[in-house]
Amino acid sequence: MTIKTEPFVINFGPAHPSTHGVFRMRVVLDGEVVLDLEPVYGYLHRGIEKLAEQRTYTGIIPLTDRLDYLAAMSNNLAHCIAVEKLAGIKVPERAEYLRVILAELQRLCSHLIAVGAFLNDSGAFMTPILYMLREREKILDLFEMLSGQRLTYNDMRPGGVSQDAPEEFLPALHKFVDQMPRYLDEYDQLLAKNEILLARSKGVGILSKELAINSSASGPVLRASGVKWDIRKAEPYSIYDRFEFEIPTGTAGDCYDRYLVRMLEMRQSVRIIEQAMKQFPSGEYRSRVPKLIRPPVGEVYSRIEAPKGELAFYIVSDSSIAPYRYHIRGTSLINLTALRDMIVGWKVADLIVIFGSIDICMGEVDR
Amino acid sequence: MTVSLSGTEVAKQIASQFPEAIAESSNQAVVVKTEYLLKVAEFLKNSPDFDFNYLNDMTAADYYDYFEVVFQLSSLNLNHKLMLKTRCYERLKPAVPSVCCLWRGAELMEREIYDLMGITFTGHPNLKRIVLWEGFQGHPLRKDYL
Repeated sequence: MTIKTEPFVINFGPAHPSTHGVFRMRVVLDGEVVLDLEPVYGYLHRGIEKLAEQRTYTGIIPLTDRLDYLAAMSNNLAHCIAVEKLAGIKVPERAEYLRVILAELQRLCSHLIAVGAFLNDSGAFMTPILYMLREREKILDLFEMLSGQRLTYNDMRPGGVSQDAPEEFLPALHKFVDQMPRYLDEYDQLLAKNEILLARSKGVGILSKELAINSSASGPVLRASGVKWDIRKAEPYSIYDRFEFEIPTGTAGDCYDRYLVRMLEMRQSVRIIEQAMKQFPSGEYRSRVPKLIRPPVGEVYSRIEAPKGELAFYIVSDSSIAPYRYHIRGTSLINLTALRDMIVGWKVADLIVIFGSIDICMGEVDR
Repeated sequence: MTVSLSGTEVAKQIASQFPEAIAESSNQAVVVKTEYLLKVAEFLKNSPDFDFNYLNDMTAADYYDYFEVVFQLSSLNLNHKLMLKTRCYERLKPAVPSVCCLWRGAELMEREIYDLMGITFTGHPNLKRIVLWEGFQGHPLRKDYL
């Protein structure tokens, strides 16, 4: 008697704890090996681009909070910079510094979750992520001090920020920035040479340099593949040209490099915040901007380096109070273009690790 | 600092290769005719002067008379960028050649435009709706969709 075998199709998600939201993959398996994979999107589609066409330029800011909800400040910043370019609005110095501090804190916040969740997926269940959440909590306290919110801040406005930093903010930030490098050392001690992490992620899910560029990957995913590309350096927006920092890159483009790039980036973020605090000026926190912004007829493609990669807005204005066309470059979605190439040939357990190492946020994938 | 290439200058260079390809050019963008899109894109990607190896973004806008497909190209080696456009005057069955063969990154971007704006990309390996479900009526980002 012969035993017959055949490929086996399973549905991975949409409601699965390691899909980081409602992501679904149709996976074809041969035993444990992944033969084929087809991602299915759209479970969190809210039509934000269409909704934005009926809102004022300030009214869109709460919508941008809900794109990548783990990095709402960065989304606010990207939107405000786009509107400022379109309408020619100037931003006061103090607001620029506040924005950079907030954006870098947000990067720390997002990378902490990314690394924590990645380790959770790769088998170090719950311990590392609880360490990471401990620090994220401190950042959220800082954000709460400024905006009163802990997840969707709605804090930045075209022309500045919604409110000035309260007195207690800077001392609290000082305290946090002093502590953070020691926490990062602690993570390194726990993880950098951790047997489980190395075994699960070294050489797994390799994304070659050529494919990373060709498939428009951005952010830590692109840098881990060895491309030294960071919009903060390549096309400095806001006041990023005033700070000294390095762009960490990987060499192999595997899961471990993506993890490492994020860890190293966190140190650079701390460096930027330290410099920004030293130069922090006094003065206005918001320029005088009309309640209803009517940018002149035109279009703009404005991009920033968000924690997950290049976040950009393409806005077409017909000089009315709402945009004519509002397009969001969903970083997380585009980083998933090469997902199949990274996963096929690996086992199911690796699938989860590779997927976790890309660090996506479903709010931004489906919009 | 990323240099924004002037559309008129780039248009001149394109015209020297493909004299009839340019529909319009301004300082901000180059508009090419749809039938020349693939050739122009290939030229921009492979020419050493431009070396547009990275497709930042791709989207479309509805202007009632025509659809405009907008490409944001950049070169990671030379650090410059360009806005490339093409216009599609057909409303019932608009079609534009797919650039997936040049930049794999266009795969999901084109699917998104197809889904929400209803522009078909000929030559796309897997063109189907992405965020809405199969069988959904209409294309929400069109201006005549209510």
